[in-house]
Amino acid sequence: MRLLALALHRLVWFVPTLLGLLVVTFVISRVVPADPVALVAGETATPAQVEALRHDLGFDRPLPVQFVGYLARLARGDMGVSLFTRRPILDDLAHRLPATIELTVVAMLVSVLIGIPLGVVSALWRNSPFDHALRILTVSGLAIAGFWLGIMLQLLFSMRLGWTPLNGRLPGYPPTHLTGLYLIDAAVTWDWATFGVALRHLALPAATLAFPALATLVRFTRAGVLDVMQSNFVLYERAMGLPRPLIVWKYILRSALTSTVTQIGLLFGILLAGAVVTEAVFDWPGIGTYAVSSIVLSDYNAVMGFTVWAGVIFIVVNLLVDLAHTLVDPRERAS
Amino acid sequence: MRAVWFVVARLARDRSALIGLVLIALLVAAALLAPVLSTHPDDVFELHPSERLRAPSGTHWLGTDRMGADVYSRLLFGARITILIGLIAVGASLLIGVPIGLVAGYYHGWPSDLLMRASDVFLAVPQVVLAIAIAQTLGPSLPNVILALSVTYWPWFARVVYAETRALQKEPFVESTAALGASPWRLTVLHVLPNIASPIIVRSSIGMGFTILTAAALGFLGLGPPPPTPEWGRTIAESREFLPGAWWYAAAPGVAIFLTVMGFNLLGDGLRDVLDPRLRRSPARDG
Amino acid sequence: MAELLAVRGLRVDFATDRGPAQVLDGINLDVAAGEVVGLVGESGCGKTTLARAILGVLPESAARIRGGEVRFRGVDLLRQDPAAVNEQVRGRAITFIPQDPFTSFSPLFQVGTQIMDLMKWKSPRGRVRPAALFGRYPRARRRADREAVLDTLRAVQIPEPTRALRRLPHEFSGGQRQRLMIAMALLPEPDLIIADEPTTALDVTIQAQILRLLRALVKERGVSVLFTTHDLGTAHELCDRVVVMYAGQEMEAAPTDAFFGRPAHPYTRRLLASVPGPEGEIRDIPGEVPSLVAPPAGCRFHPRCDHATAECRVERPGPRDLADGHSVRCHHPVDAPAGAGT
Repeated sequence: MRLLALALHRLVWFVPTLLGLLVVTFVISRVVPADPVALVAGETATPAQVEALRHDLGFDRPLPVQFVGYLARLARGDMGVSLFTRRPILDDLAHRLPATIELTVVAMLVSVLIGIPLGVVSALWRNSPFDHALRILTVSGLAIAGFWLGIMLQLLFSMRLGWTPLNGRLPGYPPTHLTGLYLIDAAVTWDWATFGVALRHLALPAATLAFPALATLVRFTRAGVLDVMQSNFVLYERAMGLPRPLIVWKYILRSALTSTVTQIGLLFGILLAGAVVTEAVFDWPGIGTYAVSSIVLSDYNAVMGFTVWAGVIFIVVNLLVDLAHTLVDPRERAS
Repeated sequence: MRAVWFVVARLARDRSALIGLVLIALLVAAALLAPVLSTHPDDVFELHPSERLRAPSGTHWLGTDRMGADVYSRLLFGARITILIGLIAVGASLLIGVPIGLVAGYYHGWPSDLLMRASDVFLAVPQVVLAIAIAQTLGPSLPNVILALSVTYWPWFARVVYAETRALQKEPFVESTAALGASPWRLTVLHVLPNIASPIIVRSSIGMGFTILTAAALGFLGLGPPPPTPEWGRTIAESREFLPGAWWYAAAPGVAIFLTVMGFNLLGDGLRDVLDPRLRRSPARDG
Repeated sequence: MAELLAVRGLRVDFATDRGPAQVLDGINLDVAAGEVVGLVGESGCGKTTLARAILGVLPESAARIRGGEVRFRGVDLLRQDPAAVNEQVRGRAITFIPQDPFTSFSPLFQVGTQIMDLMKWKSPRGRVRPAALFGRYPRARRRADREAVLDTLRAVQIPEPTRALRRLPHEFSGGQRQRLMIAMALLPEPDLIIADEPTTALDVTIQAQILRLLRALVKERGVSVLFTTHDLGTAHELCDRVVVMYAGQEMEAAPTDAFFGRPAHPYTRRLLASVPGPEGEIRDIPGEVPSLVAPPAGCRFHPRCDHATAECRVERPGPRDLADGHSVRCHHPVDAPAGAGT
């Protein structure tokens, strides 16, 4: 019950933020120096035809009115039609979403499952050679351009060593469509051959995407653990001779994790930002490449659609993270 | 002034911050002295198609690109672009964000909330995404990239300043000074600003790193300054079709980006360690 | 009579910005079986460090044990295999009551979980092998342990013990949390409890209550207690013997009556005299507590002592037995009742 109240409370924040985002994207989309209508009409259109089109598309009405219309259409799920593919943008994005989700989730899992233990060990063996080596890695992780890392990995593992495919998500036919996530679909239908291929295609993009997230996570976990190690309850547990693995992996980790959970929101932001560029490098058929190709083709509507989508996803994820944080920290629940 | 010396002295003891400083110095040197340091200064504009895609050698230290231009020289000139974008974008974000944060933090009530909610909107989406939208709309050029980055980075400054201002308001010395009748402006300039200086400095250094990475990403996507400007991100994009053969073409700009951003990050971290909490003292507090 | 705990010549240094601080300078301390010993002294005199040194939980990076022994049941803990000490002594034969009950529990786990984790590894009824995260906890022993926990919770007067176990630490008041700490210190059936200023963090109104409870319980079970405090009144009420420390050196050790009735060390006399008089007059000790980085040689109280002579400035006095159980480390002990002039 309390959780519901909390959720509603956070939702109240959600709406104005979302609205603000829509205002921003709308303003951006109308600030185009070139005339979008003329672009749609094509080069051979006469001025009269352009004006007629302008009236049809509603671009001649005052801006606030246009905005309301924009909102109304969004509410209906109509993000407009891609200037290039002539299909509803929403359909295009929805079709490509599973690929991005799969990539992002795998990258997230990799960062969490590797990053947190590394952070803990790094804190325990503070100032050891291992710790120093790891710190160099984490500082690098936030300094390397994601797209460049992807290209370098391609160079090494695909081109020179031939261990992984160069790009793409899957050659040939995808497994039976259940969720759109190839790994899950393949595993559930026992199609292990496809599973293997899909995994090999995922390897480099996920590694590229995970790298900065991993670096951040190791840093934060390390700092969190070091902080918790100073606590009085850790002193008490040591004084009472509790076994060290118990103290570390049960008590210290739990305390350090509560602060890490809030970082997941930050992490997701890093992953989403990285996804755009990573998908571009690996030709991964997700919403990131959609955004990129739309940029190249000057498909303004599509880019706007993508921005709105990305914004909504991001805000929703942060909302979920907020809720998760209250679940994880029982003190918050009580207050 | 003694405070500044104190900071510098402590910073000098931090090895990684020093490395950062050295890297940044290298970047600045490369940018300023590009015409002097480069081996083929005219290659930014001239083409030598007969010499395209040569491997690194005595004449071309980092090889040549697809136009036959010297990669090393173009890299040095690219440093100018990088610094320019970084400085102006971060500077503009600072100029927008700090006053907003100050005002929002100083006053209470709905104007404050509105300002902070506005900054939340910009933080609601990863910077890259919004910057792409803006840059794409306005067209690929250097000023547009800078604009896109400034417009999306200011919330970070606003947030930091807002938090600090609010925290300071609770400090007894602020209350007592205000009670003594000091005007809000005097209070702000003399007491608040010195205290927010350190988080702003730290954020600026880290911001340079982030901004440069985002700028490179925009360049890679084709949203940056158009050719023949030797922007690092775009160079990497251009190099892709010539891999795996001409690996130097792709590797060099990436390493340059890496060293630059690393420099700013290390410096920012070092500054954070030194400045925070030690320098949080304004003259009024001690006196 | 063999002492339960015998500390001899313990020297501990702490690393500081200005060089090593000699926090403990050759401490001798005895605790007999079934005895409640109070360790009194001003803040910074080293009593907490001594407590932590005996337990073996000094901060690893900052503290260094320079010499001495900590003999428990005849065995020097400092020279044993640390893993064995951790498993067999800490939390079993010697337990701990911390100063701050507010932060000595993990805020994220139920109280019951934390107590049963202690029982799993430290129950007097058995042992888990191997000592790691996933050792098995036999069901029969778990039930017996749980019963013991509930019994002990009742003994420390926690209402509704079964429900209490399912609560989180922040749902208890400070006094209740300290009672839980007392319970946890008693459950492993130890020989010695080390209590570090157990009531300093609590409301004055309940301090006495908690301390009396502790004394009653330990006397009932024949457990020794070494408890540090800066409050002389508490020491007087609850302890069998009192030891006083100053600047890292122990000065005097005596049964409570003798300590308060016929203090022999000039510092002790000054300390007792400095308690505010009936008219509220304050008679403090002139001078300042010395720096531990560059402490005075010999007896560290000599700069502030009226009776100091050249000898005091050079050589630290060895322990001198005055009467039964009353020993003092002073070249010029005073032989007069308390209050009869320093």
